[in-house]
Amino acid sequence: MLAKIHVTFKNGVLDPQGKAVHHALNDLGFNEVRDVTLGKYLEIKLEGVSAEEAEHRVSDMCEKLLANTVIESYRYTLDPTD
Amino acid sequence: MKCGVVVFPGSNCDHDCYHILKHILGLSTEWIWHKDDADLDRFDAVVLPGGFSFGDYLRPGAISRFSPVMKAVTRYANKGGHILGICNGFQILLEAGLLPGALLTNRSQKFICKPVATVVETTETPFTRSCKKNAVLKLPIAHKQGNYFADTETLQRMADNGQVLLRYADAAGQVTEAANPNGSVGNIAAVANERKNVMGMMPHPERAADPLWPNVDGQAIFQSLIESIAS
Repeated sequence: MLAKIHVTFKNGVLDPQGKAVHHALNDLGFNEVRDVTLGKYLEIKLEGVSAEEAEHRVSDMCEKLLANTVIESYRYTLDPTD
Repeated sequence: MKCGVVVFPGSNCDHDCYHILKHILGLSTEWIWHKDDADLDRFDAVVLPGGFSFGDYLRPGAISRFSPVMKAVTRYANKGGHILGICNGFQILLEAGLLPGALLTNRSQKFICKPVATVVETTETPFTRSCKKNAVLKLPIAHKQGNYFADTETLQRMADNGQVLLRYADAAGQVTEAANPNGSVGNIAAVANERKNVMGMMPHPERAADPLWPNVDGQAIFQSLIESIAS
C-alpha cells in the first residue's frame, strides 16, 4: 500500500514561494491562475496493514511528525494497488 | 550553579555556549548527549544550542524533538527547570510544543547572517531580569527559518502574559518593519512559555558574550539566568 501525502501551509500563513510562482505564471500569460500553494509531497510505502489501519496510522504520522499543525495542514490518499 | 549543554548530531553552536558558560562566566558546565534521557535535575539551567540538528531535514527541529533527551527536557521543563533554546534550540523547543508558535522560512527565503538590534520587552523573566526594560541588545542572527509565526489568538495570549521577551528593533529600540530581518510577526525574536522557565530566541547571545569581541550584549541573557538562580 502506498500513502501519498501532501503537506501545505494553512490559510493565513505566508507562503512567499507560492506567491512568487503565482506571479511568474501570471507573467507567462497564465492569467487564469488565482492562487498558488507550494508544499511538500511524500510517498510512504506501507506493509502488513489493512486499509483501515493504514488510514489511522498515516494520520498519526502526519500529526506527530510529517506536518507541524501550527502552520501546516495535510491530506493523503491510500493506494492499495501500489 | 551547574549548566548542561545538549548536543544533537548537527549542533554547531554547542562549543560556543559551553565556552561562554564555563570559561567566561566560570560556571560548572557539562555536555548532555541527545541519546541520554536521564533526569536533568542536577542542573540549574539547560541550554539547547544552535546548529542544524539532523540536517534540518523535514523541518528544523522536527526530528530532534524525538531524541531521547527531549523526554528529559520536557520533564525538566514541567518541574520548572530553566531551559534556554538558541536558534536551532528554539526551533526544537517549538517542535516539542514547549513553546508556543512556529518558525517559517525567512520572508526573503534566504539564510541571513548579520548583527541585529533587539529590544527587551519584559524584564520579568529569569532570562531578562538583569536587563533594563526597553534596553537594546545588539546580537547576531544566523538562520534561514527564523520567521516567527503564531495565530492571532496565541499572540494575544502571549502579549497579555508577557511572553514576548525580545523584538527586532532599530538601534534606538523602535520596533519597525524596516528593522524586521526575517518577517517575524510583531518582530518577535524571543519568547517564553507561560510559566517563563523556558525561553527560545533566534539571535545568538553566546556569539556576543566573550570580551575578546567588542560586543558583549549577549551576556545580559546569561547574567539574568545567573541572578535568577542565585535568588
